[in-house]
Formats: sequence, structure tokens, C-alpha cells
Amino acid sequence: MAKESNEYVRQVANEQYKYGFTTDVHTEIIERGLNEDVVRLISAKKEEPEWLLDFRLRAYRHWTTMKQPEWGHLDMPDIDYQAISYYADPTRRASSDGKPKEIDPELVKTFDKLGIPLEERMALSGTAVDAVMDSVSVKTTHQKLLQEKGIIFCSISEAVKQHPDLVRQYLGSVVPYRDNYFAALNSAVFSDGSFVYIPKNTRCPMELSTYFRINARGTGQFERTLIVCDDDSYVSYLEGCTAPMRDENQLHAAIVEIVVMNRAEVKYSTVQNWYPGDKDGKGGVLNLVTKRGHLRGDNSKLSWTQVETGSAITWKYPSCVLSGNDSVAEFYSVAVTNNHQQADTGTKMIHIGKGTRSTIISKGISAGMSQNSYRGLVKIGRKADGARNYSSCDSLLLGSRCGAHTFPYLDVQNNTATVEHEATTSKISEDQLFYCNQRGISTEEAIGLIVNGYAKDVLNKLPMEFAVEAQKLLSVSLEGSVG
Amino acid sequence: MSSTTQNYIDLYAAHRNRMMEVAPQALNARRDEAMDNFSRMGLPTQSAEQYRYIDADRAFSGTYRLSLPTSRLMAEDAPVAVNNSQLLDKYYATCADADDPIVALNTAFATECLCVHVGKDINTGKPLEINDVLNGDTSLMEHKRILIVLDEGASLTMLMHYVSTDRQQFLTTQVVEVFVADGARLDIYEIEETHTACTRFSNIYFHIGSHATVRHNNIVLWGGITRNTLAATLCGEQSEVTLNGCVMADKRQQVDINTLIRHEVPRCTSHELYKFVVDEQATGAFAGKVYVAPDAQQTESDEVNQNICISPDAHMYAQPMLEIYADDVKCSHGSTVGRLDESALFYLRQRGIPLQQARQLLIQAFISQVVDYIPLEPLRQRLHAMVADRLSGELDQCVGCGLCQPRVQADGCNSSKP
Repeated sequence: MAKESNEYVRQVANEQYKYGFTTDVHTEIIERGLNEDVVRLISAKKEEPEWLLDFRLRAYRHWTTMKQPEWGHLDMPDIDYQAISYYADPTRRASSDGKPKEIDPELVKTFDKLGIPLEERMALSGTAVDAVMDSVSVKTTHQKLLQEKGIIFCSISEAVKQHPDLVRQYLGSVVPYRDNYFAALNSAVFSDGSFVYIPKNTRCPMELSTYFRINARGTGQFERTLIVCDDDSYVSYLEGCTAPMRDENQLHAAIVEIVVMNRAEVKYSTVQNWYPGDKDGKGGVLNLVTKRGHLRGDNSKLSWTQVETGSAITWKYPSCVLSGNDSVAEFYSVAVTNNHQQADTGTKMIHIGKGTRSTIISKGISAGMSQNSYRGLVKIGRKADGARNYSSCDSLLLGSRCGAHTFPYLDVQNNTATVEHEATTSKISEDQLFYCNQRGISTEEAIGLIVNGYAKDVLNKLPMEFAVEAQKLLSVSLEGSVG
Repeated sequence: MSSTTQNYIDLYAAHRNRMMEVAPQALNARRDEAMDNFSRMGLPTQSAEQYRYIDADRAFSGTYRLSLPTSRLMAEDAPVAVNNSQLLDKYYATCADADDPIVALNTAFATECLCVHVGKDINTGKPLEINDVLNGDTSLMEHKRILIVLDEGASLTMLMHYVSTDRQQFLTTQVVEVFVADGARLDIYEIEETHTACTRFSNIYFHIGSHATVRHNNIVLWGGITRNTLAATLCGEQSEVTLNGCVMADKRQQVDINTLIRHEVPRCTSHELYKFVVDEQATGAFAGKVYVAPDAQQTESDEVNQNICISPDAHMYAQPMLEIYADDVKCSHGSTVGRLDESALFYLRQRGIPLQQARQLLIQAFISQVVDYIPLEPLRQRLHAMVADRLSGELDQCVGCGLCQPRVQADGCNSSKP
């Protein structure tokens, strides 16, 4: 047994973040620092209309009046906002000023290596991908096929040019730039992200997916995603992300806005695997994201599914504002922290419409020296007659130096509402392990088995390809956490 | 700094000398420091996480005359003394959270400390009852201080009953420090039956040794603005702490209960059960945190908070929290906010029970769970009766203290806060 575990420890010591490589591609990076000129420069580089520049400047000016919040259960390193470059474009070659017609083969290789097929002939998986590296969308696949159905799926910079009215109507309508510190920052400097518009009575024939990659050093990623799902439509959207291993903290402050109209349904899944820092907690991505969906229509439905395994610090609350009557919101989350990772994540369910229902299933797994917090708000407004919420937050502790915390907030202002919340914290019981050992399953495998079983409620909600990936990720993230 | 905070700083300056004259040395020794602390922090507003459900600054803003409390001992053989200097020197202001603005304010203004002391291996047998009576012919403010010390193996049951006999506006702060030594047992019941013009901020701190048992029951029948802060720290292994409570709030009552159980050592158990019934325009808030320190292994903790909102204007806020830094633990919490079961109501009405009575029955059954945990038979029965009276509207004022005047007009208690 002792020998076996020694061997295992060695294995783990060699275990590295799989996506930690860097791509050697010429990247145009603007000067570090943040001021109005930088905001103007970003806007100019993206050839944006006047109104968007105004929006950015308003956001920037508001940001300068704000202070970085400190209420999270996180030990946040100081962020020097002037030491970050806010725009990095890997698609521009040094020699030519215009965008090359062909994508740099290095970039294609990078995404191939990450398992993201940019060549449509290879994309048999039936998923349309928008690949974003640093501040720029590299390529969006299957656009033609989608266009035939009237579906718009492109990078947000392209959408600003092609569909300015739609973008203008919805941008900032779910997450206004005044919302919070990082939302203001993002609104000022946001670069690429995806734009999705599903017209009325349309069922999106394939999964839409955006893959975010941070590559350049000394930059942050400030992507912005906007999804609008019109009446009686349906879309399933996936988001994945990775970053190279660097010993500095990289900032990722994104905004995702989702608008769901009458009887429409949006499924949003994230597998977040940013670089988590090394085992001593050095480096890693600071993932400070504002994600919110607005269920504007009656009988609309939005479901967030997230598997959070990466990032040195995760601080995000994918939320739902349930304005439409009888709208339904769901939040399924698995958050895994290991080594020195910290996560303060959860959701907000704001019930405004009558007969609205929401479900929250959150599974936290903490190992090593990590801190994992669930923080959630369930608010039932005065007019939300018959609203219903069920929340269940479980935490699993692996290792005696980690922490698991639960901070739910229940605000009920309507007497016909029913709100239930339950939470448990425990470790894997000796009995369960013994049972597995007895049947010839090694301790390590047994823990993988139990953890996967524990997270099954959430993993089951992921689209199939993602679920397999997430399961693997889960076991990799936890390797070495058991001893 | 808010003008209300400034008022209290001025009030302190005006009365400092008088308080210094009447109060014992142990209390005076802490006074200035506490006031400095208070001026630094100010009265908490709702932006303070601990006070997010109650606006303390507003609650303290009325005009009150400072009254120095005086205690009278009715029983000779009771283990109580006023200002027991030996105890004060050793324990006073050592357990209460000095960084809580209310504690700081109380420490600055306290002039008398009621000391309860049970010696080693003594079982007091008869329960001890402390009646806290508010009466006066003008708006009054009082700052009360209680110290409870149980030596090794001691055993005590005590009842603290807060009542008011006049319809004046009263503002009370109370800080109770409780030291329970190894192997001791303490059952403590707090019943609040004041009236809607009363504002009461009570902070109680438990320091618990090993193999000890502490049971706290908090029953809020009547009040205006009630804020109860409870903090229990388990400092010795194999101890057990139970914090139970029920709250019935209507009219414009605000009841905010904030509890913290700190597991500092391994192998302790804690239980918590709180139930709220919120009616009319009342607001209820419950925040309960369980903290498990690193290495406090084999901790078991369960927390249950169930609430019913009766009327459309009743609001309930619940915040059950777990903060856990050890892995070999079993901790859980559950919280619900809902309404009375429609089918149960229907069942009762089908059998000829009028709606009003059926609702009362269901609420009483809901609250009973908390009262049923009280092991002391006569008290349990008395509380059941009090809850029933409260629900049927008969308990508009306190009963049992024998000082009550007949009921005043119902609207008299509605419009009493400025």
C-alpha cells in the first residue's frame, strides 16, 4: 500500500495542467495601462460606431468612480489595472496591416491541440464553434448553415458591424455597466465574444459553442457574450476555456448576457478550465465574471450548467431574473478546488413574475488547501405569487486543510411563495471507501467513483460530449488530493 | 458619522461622571475604551453584513432619557448578586465581542451588572427567574448587563422574562456573558413580551468548556424592534450546544435573530432550530452561521430554520451559513419559507373548524415543535398556553408579571414608532 501511494505521489507530482502550452504566434498587443485613450484605441481597432464608443466611455468613467469590492470569501491578490494590456490580437501578422485571409496555421494548430476543430470538414461533432484567442475571434464555423435558418452566430465585433440594431437594443440591457466593478471594467474594454440571435419559432439545429483561450502574456481577457432567444425558440450553448501556465495572475473579467423571450428556452453550459496556478498557488487566472439571464417572456426557460475546475480565483454568480410569468430557471454547478484555488460562486434567482420556478443544485468539492464557497440569493418579489424555489448545496471535503462554506440568502416578500434550501457538508465516509476496497477497487479509483456519483446530478445536465470531458476533468483536478 | 451616533457620544459626555460615581470599578475600567470603540465604529447601518436586516442607526434614533437600571433580589437563597466584584474582575467584558458596536455602546453605558454564579458541582434545583420590567412615564433608554458563571459540574436552569408595563417607548440594550465550565449544564430561556414601541437589542455570548451542555431557548412573543445576537463558542471537547427559538411577529414588528456557533475544538455537537411566523406588515430575519475551525474534527452540526409568511406584506429573510475548515465533519442546514398547508386548512374547515381557528391551530402546531423541546414541564405548559393566547390575540400585553394594566386600544400600539 505504501509503495503504491508513493508511486502515485510521483505520478501526481508530474501531473501538469494539460492545456498549459503557449502558442508562438505574432500577437499585436497594445501598450499596458488603462485610460480613455486606450478605450478609444480599442474601439478604433474594432472600427466601432460612435454609440458603442460612447457606451464604453460612459462605462470607463463610471468605473473610475468605483472601488473593487472586497466582500467575497477570497484572498484576492492586488490587481494592478495599469499593468495589464487590454487588447491583444493574434490574427494580425507583423508584415501586413489588414486581416489576413487565411488563419495563421499556428492558431489552427493551437485549437486542434485543444480539441477544437476549426476546419468544418472535421467538425462532424455537430457543434458550431466560435474560437476566441486573447481579444479576437479567430473563426466561427458553420455560419452558413445557421444563416439559412436565420440564426445569427458570430463574434460580437462582427455583429456590431452586421447587426448593429440588434446589438444596440440588447447590449447592456441585462447587465448594465453600472452593475458592478468588473462589469463596468468589461463594458469599457470588452473585446471579442459571441453574439447569438435565434429568431422566432426556431430550434437551433446544433450546439453553439465558444472556446476562449488566453495566450499572450501580460494581458487579460474581457470577452462579452450576448445571446437573444426570441419567441418559441431553443438554443443550447457551450462555453469552454483554457490558458497557458504563467506565474503571474491573469485577469479574466467577462460578461454574459442572455435574453429569453416568450416560451423560448436557453441552455447555457460552461466547462471552465482556466489555468489554476501551480501547486503552491503561484499564478493562475482570476476569473471574475458577471453572467446573467433575463427571462423576459412568459413560460420561458433558462438553465445554467457549470463545471468549474480551473482558475486561481473564481468569483461569479450566473443569475436569472425571472420577469415573465411562469418562467423557469435552473442552476446546476460543480465547483472543484484543489491546491490553493479559491472559489466563491453560486447564483441569484430573482423572482418577479407570477408562478415562477427555480431550482439550484450546487456541488462543491474542495481538496488540498483550497477554499470553496457557495453564495446564493433567492429573492421572491412582492408580485411573484406562487413562486417556488428549491436549493440544494452540498459540499464534499477531501483533505483536512481545505474549507467549504455556504452562504445562502433567502429574501421572501410574498406569502404565497415556497422557498426551500438545504445544505450538507461532509467527507467521503470510511464505510464507502472500505466497501469499494473490499471489492477490489483501489482507494484512488473509489474516490473518483464516489465523486463522480456525487456530481452526477449536475453532469447529467451537460450535453453528452461535454459530460464525458467534464467527468475526465473532474478526476484530473482531484488527482493527488487524496492521501 | 451619523447624527444618531453623535447623539450617543454627546450623551456619554454628559453622563460620564454620574455613571462613574454609581458604577463599580470593573465596569468603569472599560467605559472609556468602549466609548472610543463605539465612536470609531458608529451605529451599524444596513451596509454592515451583520446588521443587513435591521437598520440599527434608525432604531436608535428616537429621543430617550437615559435610565440607570436597578435590580432587586426577591429570593435570599438565589445564586444572584448585583455587582459581585470578584466575578466582575475575572470575567467582565472578556467574552463579549468588543468589535460589535452594540456591545461597545452597552459597555460604555452599563452601570450595574447582575451576576449569577453557581459553584462547583452545585445543582441549583429550582429554576432561577429574572424578570426584566420596563416601566416609566416617559421614553426611556436602559443598558443592561448580565454575567452568568457556572463552575465545573454546576447545573442551572434559568428563565429571563422581558416585559413592559407602560406604553412608553423603551430602548434597551442588553449584553449577557455566559461562562460554562467543564461538565456544567445550563438551560436558559428568554421570553420577550414587551410591546410594539419597544426597541430591544440583546447580545448573548457563551464560552463553553468541555463535556458541557448548554441549551438556549429564545421565545419572542411581542416586541417592536427586536435584535438578538447569539454567539456560542465551543472551547472544550465533547460539549453540546442547542440554540432554539420561535418568533411570532405581526403589526409592524421587526425581529432579527443573528446566531453564530463556533466549533473551536474537535468532537462537539451543535443544534439549532428556529421558527418564525410573520404576519401583517412584520419583518422577520434569521441569520445563523456555524463556524468549524481547522482541526475541529468530528464536529456534528445541524441547523433548521423554518418560516411562515401569513400576510402579503410580511417579509422574511433567511441566511443559514456554514463556514467549515475541517474535513471530518457532518454539518447540515435547512431553511424554508412558505405558507400554511392549503390541504391541511381544507381538512380542518371540512370538519367545521372556522378558517381563523384552523389557521391558529396550524400555526400553533408549527411553533409547538420548539416549545416541545423544553424539558421543564411547568414551563413548557405555560409557554404552550402563552403561544396559544398570543395567536388568538388575547396576549396583547404581558401576562404573568401581575403588573399589567388592562388592554389598551389596538391602534395605540400600531403607531408608536416615530
